[in-house]
Amino acid sequence: MVTTTARPLSFREEVENLLHAEEGASLVRCIQCATCSAVCPVVEFMDHTPRMLIGLINAGMKDEVMASNTFWTCASCYACTEKCPEGIRPADVMYALTRYSLWRDTFDRDWVAPEFSRRFTKTILRTGKSYEPGYAPAFIFEGGFSGMVREMQMGLKLLAKGRMPLIPSRIKRIHNLRSMVARVMPLDGIE
Amino acid sequence: MSRYAYYPGCSLETMAATYHVSSMEVAHKLGMELEELEDWNCCGATAYSHVDELLATVLCARNLAIAEKQGLSIVAPCNACYKNLWTTNAALKRDPDLAEHMNYALEADDLHYDGSVEVSHIMDAFSTPEVLETIRQKANDRLKGLKVAPYYGCQIVRPRRPGLELSQVDNPQYFEELLRAAGADPVPYAYKLRCCGAALMVTNRRAAVQMVRDLLQNAVDSGAEVIATACPLCQTNLECYQAEVNHAYDADYAMPILYFTQLLGLALGVGVKRLGIGKELVSPDVVLKRAKAAATSQSS
Repeated sequence: MVTTTARPLSFREEVENLLHAEEGASLVRCIQCATCSAVCPVVEFMDHTPRMLIGLINAGMKDEVMASNTFWTCASCYACTEKCPEGIRPADVMYALTRYSLWRDTFDRDWVAPEFSRRFTKTILRTGKSYEPGYAPAFIFEGGFSGMVREMQMGLKLLAKGRMPLIPSRIKRIHNLRSMVARVMPLDGIE
Repeated sequence: MSRYAYYPGCSLETMAATYHVSSMEVAHKLGMELEELEDWNCCGATAYSHVDELLATVLCARNLAIAEKQGLSIVAPCNACYKNLWTTNAALKRDPDLAEHMNYALEADDLHYDGSVEVSHIMDAFSTPEVLETIRQKANDRLKGLKVAPYYGCQIVRPRRPGLELSQVDNPQYFEELLRAAGADPVPYAYKLRCCGAALMVTNRRAAVQMVRDLLQNAVDSGAEVIATACPLCQTNLECYQAEVNHAYDADYAMPILYFTQLLGLALGVGVKRLGIGKELVSPDVVLKRAKAAATSQSS
């Protein structure tokens, strides 16, 4: 019988493996100084601050991390990434966690953000371009009925001003684009 | 004459069509040629990166390869497109394995990328020392005394491009210089690099509305009459959701939000309609009245 001495990947390593093309420092460098949390403009809407989340990742507390809304709340403004004294790129770490959460299907079905990203991605694979009216209206119910009415009023005004097209535009070589994507990852994984 | 491959990005075909027409008008006035990237595709915004890193990379690699085929460097008017294109470009240039993988994918569209393309934001192209000098010479009085909040947004400066000092991304001044060259009066706008909420307007409305409120209030406190933006997402959030902010906070903001290219166009003598002005949900009359008064006093 063949035995293997390879140890399983830690959760931190799993997360870092999702950041292949990025050049940030490893999360082990984190000194918990909380600069990332201090400069984050959406920290008050997160259940764990960015500092806490990195601490939890380093502690291997996968379930707590994946149940957090923090990485779906990140607006990708990169304020943290600019200021981290250790060269960690917290905004990219947030991306790694959204990928992990979509792959492992761990996200909360009540959250809007994961479904939004999925839908956006599917639209691009169909047409090569994004099309706001195609996926945004599904989410306007969040504001309740009066919110929906306000959103529709705005949509009609934009339509009248010629800022809201009714037909999505499409690139010419969409089939080639799809073949390109298929050479990077299986299309049925995203469609 | 400078010539660029112009990557408009999806928003400039829809919500931000006025950014597109005003960029074209300004480029024309400045003797700059913007050749639209042939059959360009979406940059992936933030959603692609949420789903998969290579997926996000392959989308931008295609646009870079098309620009290389056209023999031109790219300018992008949208902060997010710009950031995605240049980070992908940098990754492809430093990582041969990634470049090889992407070139294998690019074969499916008869493309190849060798890394010869540079990526700039359109504001970079409009604020080189030579172009600034041209603007100073050509600018009329239409923006004279107009108090403008220069709203950079996030991804135009972050993450920091190699070679830039921290001070250049902490407190950049090139937007202010550009506005001054056009005759306007930029105000000190403390929140000029703070996030507009971006896609959170769809996915986390409460957070985004609060962020927009803060930006509007800071502009009011700074004495600004108009906020100038360099990104379609910033413009949309600040302008189209101003009514939502007023509803949520029982406020009465009526801050016009224009693209910096619309202001530049006014200063360079382009007609109001040709700049797409008039398609806003928040009236920019305060800007136009001033421009008109300046024009009248000039002709009298």
